[in-house]
Amino acid sequence: MSKVDLSVNISSLKLRNPIMLASGTVGYGNEIAEFVDLNKIGAIVTKSLSLKPRKGNPPQRITETPAGMLNAIGLANVGVEVFLKEKIPFLKKYDVPLICNIAASSVEEYVECTRILNDEDTIKAFEINVSCPNVKEGGLQFGNNLSAVGRVTEKVRAVTDKPLIIKLSPNVSYIHEFAKVVKDSGGDAVSAINTLVGTAFNIFTRKPKVQNVFAGLSGPAIKPIALAKVLEIHQKVDIPIIGVGGIMNWKDIVEFMIVGASAVQIGTLNFIDPTAPIKIIEDLEKYCLQMNIKSISELTGSYII
Amino acid sequence: MLIVNSPVKEIKEIQKDIFLQKIYSPEIAGQIKPGQFLNIRVSETVFPLLRRPFSICDVEGDFIYLMFNIFGEGTRILAHKHIDDTIDILGPLGKGFNITDDFDLAVIVAGGLGSAPFPFLTRLLKDKYEVHSFVGGRTKNDVITYNLLNVQTATDDGSLGFNGNVVQLFEKNLPSFKDKRIKVFGCGPNAMLRALKEVCITHNINCEVSTECAMACGFGICQGCPIESTEQSDKYLLVCKDGPVFNVKDVII
Repeated sequence: MSKVDLSVNISSLKLRNPIMLASGTVGYGNEIAEFVDLNKIGAIVTKSLSLKPRKGNPPQRITETPAGMLNAIGLANVGVEVFLKEKIPFLKKYDVPLICNIAASSVEEYVECTRILNDEDTIKAFEINVSCPNVKEGGLQFGNNLSAVGRVTEKVRAVTDKPLIIKLSPNVSYIHEFAKVVKDSGGDAVSAINTLVGTAFNIFTRKPKVQNVFAGLSGPAIKPIALAKVLEIHQKVDIPIIGVGGIMNWKDIVEFMIVGASAVQIGTLNFIDPTAPIKIIEDLEKYCLQMNIKSISELTGSYII
Repeated sequence: MLIVNSPVKEIKEIQKDIFLQKIYSPEIAGQIKPGQFLNIRVSETVFPLLRRPFSICDVEGDFIYLMFNIFGEGTRILAHKHIDDTIDILGPLGKGFNITDDFDLAVIVAGGLGSAPFPFLTRLLKDKYEVHSFVGGRTKNDVITYNLLNVQTATDDGSLGFNGNVVQLFEKNLPSFKDKRIKVFGCGPNAMLRALKEVCITHNINCEVSTECAMACGFGICQGCPIESTEQSDKYLLVCKDGPVFNVKDVII
């Protein structure tokens, strides 16, 4: 038995440790399972699923930036039906909470995806990606509009009793206002943050390095921003927060928990060292022993300001 | 598919700005098929952050050879490694060349650093098949013929060999391969691969090419490296996992 209690709760979702693998960085679990014993991970979040399969953006989809990377994959995914039929059987073999991330272009599509996935027992919670264009309202992202985030949360809440997490966009002035809307609309938790909008150009061809022009920035470059957003939410709204953004090691996780995260997600690091999450869990335990922390959840929001 | 830290055993500049690095990696070397690649983390710091994909140039017992030029920060760090410094290797990755089809003459068509995967392929083919190599570059400095057999060269500026591109040179030589069952193995810039595909399809020649695309993970999770499939218009193939080697009939380059 471990001397430190690494388990954490996100609403009614119980995790054996605070380390989740972020959406879009673990596919549907099969490739990453070659490197990581999924049974040791807190939870895994699927690639964003939509009602119908999506082809995604043409190349070039990614480029590296200082201490970060830009991606515009375009939500390529197999769709909910194929996911249930072809991807779930593999994931069923593991004892790891599975969280389905959902992306959609209308409120109705979010609801329909959730409704279809809700009956599958393997799925323990939903994470809603609101950084998607709302096709019915001129293509502006749901995630930048308070009332749209409220509407999505409320309508999805109505079709599931499973924990409902909204993944917030950092591309807003006051992220805590969005966290408050999520709470008021029946959401159970927020993930903060999704990628920051960025771009990069080739100075010789004067063309964008990523074909979509605008792309999402992730990696250690965004960690200070993510920490500030988590702290802002923690100071203003009483809702569980899952910290995401540029985690490279156990120290980053401790820092996220101190500023208010109950759990964290590892994203870009999975591309660089897919074995890292397991090493990080061991290091976190050592830190807790060294600091005489009995339960890692004591760290959450323990900042001294 | 493994992640190992392997020591660098030799680095030499085989011609101006082209480096050949010998790495001792028995764990990975034994598994490699020609045309596969490695995704290498050149530094433990966050700049450069991502791994860098490299063609496997050659395998000799427990040793792997990489061929590269200094293109950016990652390759600069790699070229300046000291003997016995270790590098963090993820591999072998992807699907390589198929050398079990029915052919008796292998034709290699390479442009610039596109020569990189062919020393290993040549090593595996040379005892059983006749191998001819067409190698091109912009100028004579860009033509890499290291460990290739029966080489003919082409340069855009005429500074070495045929004055024109390597695909034109290959096409010009096609009549000499008449009556033989040939298979073409190509690697180089996309424009060259497109031209090669056109020639091979026109002449009904079996042809596989090794493609290139910016990628992060190298094993299918980041979805960063799509390539258009000729079979299925509703989804992309991934260069890292479905390739990097494709039959030209299967992809739109």
